[in-house]
Amino acid sequence: MLRVMYEIRASYAFVERNFNLVKRYWGWEVVWLVYSVANALAITFIGAGTEAITGQKIDTKYMILYLLVGTLVWHYLSIVFDNVSELIAWERWEGTIEYTFMAPISRFTHMIGQTLFSLVYGLLHTSLILGVVVLFFRLDLSKANLFGGLLMLVAGSLSFVGLGIVASVLPLLFPERGSQMTHVIQALLLLFSGVYFPVSVLPGWMQVLARISPATYVLAGMRASLLDGASTGSLFGHLGRLVLIGVAAIPLGVAIFRQAEKYAKRTGKLKRSG
Amino acid sequence: MYAVDGMALEVSSVTKQFAKNDGPRWPWKRNGNGRKLVVAVDRISFQVRRGEVFGILGPNGSGKSTLVRCLSTLLIPDQGHITIFGHDVQRDEMAVKRLIHRVSVEASFFKKLTPMENLLYGARLYGMRAREARKRILEVLERLGLKKEAIFQPMEEMSRGMQQKVAIARAFLTEPILLLLDEPTTGLDPRSKREVQAFIEDLRDNHDATILLTTHDMQEAEALCDRIAILDDGRIVALDTPAGLKALVPRTNGHELTLEDVFMELTGKQLVKEDDEVEEA
Repeated sequence: MLRVMYEIRASYAFVERNFNLVKRYWGWEVVWLVYSVANALAITFIGAGTEAITGQKIDTKYMILYLLVGTLVWHYLSIVFDNVSELIAWERWEGTIEYTFMAPISRFTHMIGQTLFSLVYGLLHTSLILGVVVLFFRLDLSKANLFGGLLMLVAGSLSFVGLGIVASVLPLLFPERGSQMTHVIQALLLLFSGVYFPVSVLPGWMQVLARISPATYVLAGMRASLLDGASTGSLFGHLGRLVLIGVAAIPLGVAIFRQAEKYAKRTGKLKRSG
Repeated sequence: MYAVDGMALEVSSVTKQFAKNDGPRWPWKRNGNGRKLVVAVDRISFQVRRGEVFGILGPNGSGKSTLVRCLSTLLIPDQGHITIFGHDVQRDEMAVKRLIHRVSVEASFFKKLTPMENLLYGARLYGMRAREARKRILEVLERLGLKKEAIFQPMEEMSRGMQQKVAIARAFLTEPILLLLDEPTTGLDPRSKREVQAFIEDLRDNHDATILLTTHDMQEAEALCDRIAILDDGRIVALDTPAGLKALVPRTNGHELTLEDVFMELTGKQLVKEDDEVEEA
């Protein structure tokens, strides 16, 4: 019990530290929020303009909401990935990385603390974007299952965290450009998962990969709950797959990270550079 | 020689080498592909008894910081063993981490955060409760001469000397029984340097802490250390008390010998070159 309390306190250190940093970099937070909202609007305007582009009659509101779910998942995944990969990149830049790695905490506690913050921060950010776009296009969400949508995002978080931990190995091994490399994983994940289109339009081999991507089930479940108002019970199939992938992804991510940490300690890559 | 029992630190034949870039790398070439091995620490062995202040004196690039990183679990040695209070640094990593703390030449912090926020983060990582940690942080920082208002201002607004004091406070806060001080006074103004040295003296005299101090400041080493190892090109060339080291070199012209004289005699080099400011990797 004492050990658990110790690890919880240590985990909370990362949450508190990151919220303190958000407070100090509030100007950047405003810029990031404006960028995120502008980005979401730019994509959802494609839905608003589809009738004008194709000359065909479509359900514009449905199309906007369809694209909006894609932007929300992309944004949420970006936040989780960026925060988890920053676990290394930012600390190396500040020079604190060696102090954090020298602390008597398990790597699991370290990762959970960092990712817990990113989940709370990501959910707040994503909810704000949803609110702004819904107000902007006067979308009607009265029939949407918002709780179901949230549940899909939270369940998907388990897998996203696992993949994020794997991605954070890149900045550990490649100090100069590793952080940017994580964007490739993110982009491929969403491409194969049908971020702005149904998976069925993908070539066969891409559809095979879509089946093992957790983002596929997050997108499908969120679209079902927000666009079609699917009941929470009907989402259990997607939820089950997400929990299963998540339960496998987190320990796998931590195990891969531990190996990368050993390599970094053998080759001297932990120390500050630049 | 001190008895092995009750040793704070035992370093046995530790070697660490790094691959460095040396020209272009061609993937199809197995050998000579632009990498060369540089030996940073070369078969080093020594022991430090509990409560001792042990100095490692050496020029920049001699392997001091690499050795400290090996001791603090941040580097895995290629060969040899390190035990800290009987715990093997590789096998019992977590136990070792609970016993040690390190202060490096760079006071590394989240510069936008205040000393209180930075130290609270550090304290939580070591399992301290927030209330207890806040109280201790105030005590330690005030004892190190920081004004109360500075404790709640971002670190980026503080001088380097002040930041280094916060770094020492961070290490002291968790009450380590082995403190690794890696050039803690390098680059500080004389007043800050003196204050940091006084704090180390206080730790030595009033706390149950063993201290390993690396420096290229001979006076500092002589004033603070019980024994000193002289390191050159990754090897220990001499190890003794300050007086013992001086006895290794014959006096010439009757003048009082300094550790600089000893170092030059043993290695044929000067300890500090004019362009050497910061220790190597």
